[in-house]
Amino acid sequence: MAAAAHRIAPGGAPRVLILGATSPIARALALEYAHGGASLYLAARDTAEAARIAQDLAVRTGVAAHAGPFEAGDYAAHPELISRAAAALGGLDGVALCFGALGDEPAAHHDATAARKIIADNYTGAVSILTFAADHLEAQQSGFIIVIGSVAGERGRSRNYIYGSAKGALALFTQGMRARFARTPIHVMTVILGTVDTRMTWGRESAFLTVAPERAAALIHKAWRRRAEVVYVPFFWRFIMGVIKAIPERFFKQLKF
Amino acid sequence: MEETGQRSAQFAGDRRIAAPLKRAPLSGWGRYPRCLTDIYRPEKFAELAELITADPHALVARGAGRAYGDAALNAPGRVIDVTRFNRMLAFDDATGILRCEAGVTLGDIIDTFRPRGFFPVVTPGTRFITVGGAIAADVHGKNHHRDSSIAAHLASIDVMLASGEIRRCSPDQNADLFHATAGGMGLTGVIVEAELKLRRIATAWIESETVRAANIDHAIEIFERTDRLYDYSVGWIDCASAASALGRSIVNFGNFATLDQLDGQRRAAPLSLKPRRSLSVPIDFPGFALGPFTVTAFNELYFRTHRDTPRALVDCERFFYPLDSIRDWNRIYGASGFVQYQCAWPMAESRAGLVETLEAIARSRRASFLAVVKKFGAQDGLLSFPMPGYTLSLDFPMRPGLLPFLDQLDAMVLQRGGRLYLAKDARMSPAMFHAGYPRLAEWRAVKAAVDPNNHFSSSLSRRLEMVPA
Ligand SMILES: Cc1cc2nc3c(=O)[nH]c(=O)nc-3n(C[C@H](O)[C@H](O)[C@H](O)COP(=O)(O)OP(=O)(O)OC[C@H]3O[C@@H](n4cnc5c(N)ncnc54)[C@H](O)[C@@H]3O)c2cc1C
Ligand SMILES: NC(=O)c1ccc[n+]([C@@H]2O[C@H](COP(=O)([O-])OP(=O)(O)OC[C@H]3O[C@@H](n4cnc5c(N)ncnc54)[C@H](OP(=O)(O)O)[C@@H]3O)[C@@H](O)[C@H]2O)c1
Repeated sequence: MAAAAHRIAPGGAPRVLILGATSPIARALALEYAHGGASLYLAARDTAEAARIAQDLAVRTGVAAHAGPFEAGDYAAHPELISRAAAALGGLDGVALCFGALGDEPAAHHDATAARKIIADNYTGAVSILTFAADHLEAQQSGFIIVIGSVAGERGRSRNYIYGSAKGALALFTQGMRARFARTPIHVMTVILGTVDTRMTWGRESAFLTVAPERAAALIHKAWRRRAEVVYVPFFWRFIMGVIKAIPERFFKQLKF
Repeated sequence: MEETGQRSAQFAGDRRIAAPLKRAPLSGWGRYPRCLTDIYRPEKFAELAELITADPHALVARGAGRAYGDAALNAPGRVIDVTRFNRMLAFDDATGILRCEAGVTLGDIIDTFRPRGFFPVVTPGTRFITVGGAIAADVHGKNHHRDSSIAAHLASIDVMLASGEIRRCSPDQNADLFHATAGGMGLTGVIVEAELKLRRIATAWIESETVRAANIDHAIEIFERTDRLYDYSVGWIDCASAASALGRSIVNFGNFATLDQLDGQRRAAPLSLKPRRSLSVPIDFPGFALGPFTVTAFNELYFRTHRDTPRALVDCERFFYPLDSIRDWNRIYGASGFVQYQCAWPMAESRAGLVETLEAIARSRRASFLAVVKKFGAQDGLLSFPMPGYTLSLDFPMRPGLLPFLDQLDAMVLQRGGRLYLAKDARMSPAMFHAGYPRLAEWRAVKAAVDPNNHFSSSLSRRLEMVPA
C-alpha cells in the first residue's frame, strides 16, 4: 500500500501533543517521535513528572519538549490546552491520547459514583478533549489523532466491564471521527492495545504475553507511519480477540478470566 | 487478558499506598538464594515518597538485579524496583556531567553518549546495571588502578531518606552521607538522582594488547610493568592450572584509541559501532554440564586460541562487556545457581594470597571457567570494597560442600587482611564482614543518623548484621 505521507508543518517533523504523558507507553511514544525530530507538548496531571520526561527527551534527542497540566475531568480547561500546545510548538499537527485508568472496578460494581468516575476518566474526558483537537485539525485540514484503546473494550467481562465499556465507546467514537474526516487528509488511528507491562498490570497475573511499553510504542509509531486506521498492538491480539469474540455468549459469560 | 488476577490495595495503618505490589520469586544474578518477594515498582516520585513513608515493612531498592547474592533481596521485607526512574535530566558538554535518575542503565548512557564522544569513566564488566546500583556498590572497572571507583566520578547524589526527604550529598556537601551511600548497598535510602562525570573519547575503539602469563608471578610482573601505560587492564586465570603453571593467565590491557590509530574506514565514523547481535541461553543447563572435565577442556581451548596479540583494535563494547553478548548466561550454571567469590588483599599480601587461594581452588576441583584478576589502586568510602592491592573473582556452581569450602577461603583471606565484595556475596559470616570492613563503625554512625529505625534493610544487611540489633 502506497502510504501518503503525513502532511505536516514546513521543516518536516510533526508537532505533537501527548495526553496522559506520564504513562510509560506515552513516554516511549514521545521518544519515538522525538527521535524522528518531532517537537512535543507533554500534558499530564502530574506536571512535575511530565517536566522530567520533557527533560529526558531533550537530553536524549535534542528536540524541544514542553510540559503542561491536563486533567481529563477539567472540561473547561480543554480548549485552552489545545491553543497552549499550539502556541508552545508553533502549531499543532497531531494529538496522541494515551490517558486512561482502571479505577476501582470491584467497588464500581456497586457504587455508581465510582462507575461514573471510570467512564469520565476514560471516555467523557476523551470525547471532550478530542472534540477541540478535531476542530483544530479540521480548520487546518491536516494532522492526525491517535487514540489508545484496549482489548478490554472488545467484549464485556465481569472483571472490568465498566472500564471495558468506556474503552469500547471510545473506539466507536474514534471510528466515527475517522469517517467524518474520510475526505480530508486527517489521519485518525485507533490502537487496540493488549497487555503492556505498566502499573496497570503490575502484580496482576496475565494469561497472555505482556510486552514492554517501549515495544508497544514502537509498534504504535510504526502503524502511524504507514497510516494504519485500526491496529492491534501487538498484532497477535487481532487473532486472540477474533477467537474471544467468536465464543457464543452463553459459554463466554461462564468463563472466568 | 489484560487486567486479570487480583491484587489487593496496600494499606499501611489507614493510609492507602497507590503503587501496586507484585509477589514473585526473586534472586540476584547468581540465582542463589531465591525467595518469594513483594515488589513495588513505582513510576513517579510522589508514589515513591508515599510508599517509603507509609509502608512499615523493611524496604530496599533494587536496580537491574546484577548483584550476585542477596544485596537487592528482602525477605520478609519488601523490595522497591526503581528501574522506571530512568530519565536523563541534563547534560553539560563542557564538563561531561550527566544528571540522571538512578534507574538509568550504563548501557543506556553509552548508547546515548558514545556517539557524541563521551563514555562512563568507570564501568564494571556488564553494561546492564543501573546508576543507582553502581553507586550503591561503588563499582570498579578495569581502570581502578588509575581512576579508583565510580564514587570518584560523581559530582553529587540525591538520596530519598526514610523520612521522604530528598537530601543532596557530594564530597563537599553532607560528605558523611555521600561516603556512606557510595558503597552503602542501598541502606541509607533510595538514590534517586546523581551527577555522573563522563570522560571524552575520540573513538569507540580500544587499542588493546593481550599477553600470556606463564604463572602468577609472571602475571603480577605484567600488571606492575604496564600499570602506568594503560588505563584498562585485567587478567583471566586458568583455575585448573597447578604447580609451576599455577596462575597461568591471559592479561589484557588497553587504552581508548586516538583518531590517527584508526584506519580510513573506521576513521570516517570513529564513534559508531555496528550493533552487536546477542545470543541467549534458552534453558538451564543440567548440573553436570560444568563438571571439572568440561571446565578443563574449555580452559585448554581458551588458552590455546589466545595468542599474544600486540596492538589490536577492539570495539569498546567487546572489550568492556565480553559476556553481555550472551543474554542470561547465568543460566548455564543450572537451576541451583552459583556463587561468585570476589576477594581483595592489601598489596603486601596479594601475591601470597593469590597463590594460596589458587592452590586451594585447584585442589578442590570446584573451579569455574576462569578467574579474573585485577590490580586495585587508591580507594575512598566507608564500605567500598577495593583496597590498594590485587583482587580475584570467580564463579562456583552451587553444589554440596561448597559453602564449607568457601568458609576455608574466607579464613585465608581474613588472615591476610583481605575482604569480600558485598555486591557478589551471598554467604559470608557476620564475623568475616566485620573484620574485613574496619570503617563499619563510622558507617553505622551515619546510618543511625539518617535512618534511626533501620527502615532500609535487606537480606544482606540482616545476614551480615550490618546494623547492630
Ligand atoms: C557480568 C557481571 C559483571 C560484573 N562486573 C563487575 C565489575 O567489574 N566491577 C564491579 O564493581 N561490579 C561488577 N559486577 C557487579 C555489579 O556491577 C553490581 O552488583 C551492581 O551493584 C549492579 O547494579 P544493579 O543496578 O544491577 O543493582 P542491583 O543488583 O539491583 O542492586 C545492587 C545493590 O544496589 C542497591 N541499589 C540499587 N539501586 C539503588 C538505588 N536507586 N538506590 C539505593 N540503592 C540501590 C541495592 O539495594 C543493592 O544493595 C558485575 C556483575 C555482573 C552480573
Ligand atoms: N497496560 C495495559 O496493559 C493496557 C492495556 C490496554 C490499554 N491500555 C491503555 O494504555 C494507556 C496507557 O496506560 P498505561 O498502561 O501506561 O497506564 P498508566 O501508567 O496508569 O497511564 C495512564 C495515564 O493516564 C493518566 N490519567 C489517568 N486518569 C487521568 C485523568 N483523569 N486525567 C488526566 N490523566 C489521567 C495517568 O496520569 P497519572 O500519571 O497522573 O495517573 C497516566 O498518565 C491507557 O489509555 C490505558 O487504558 C493499557
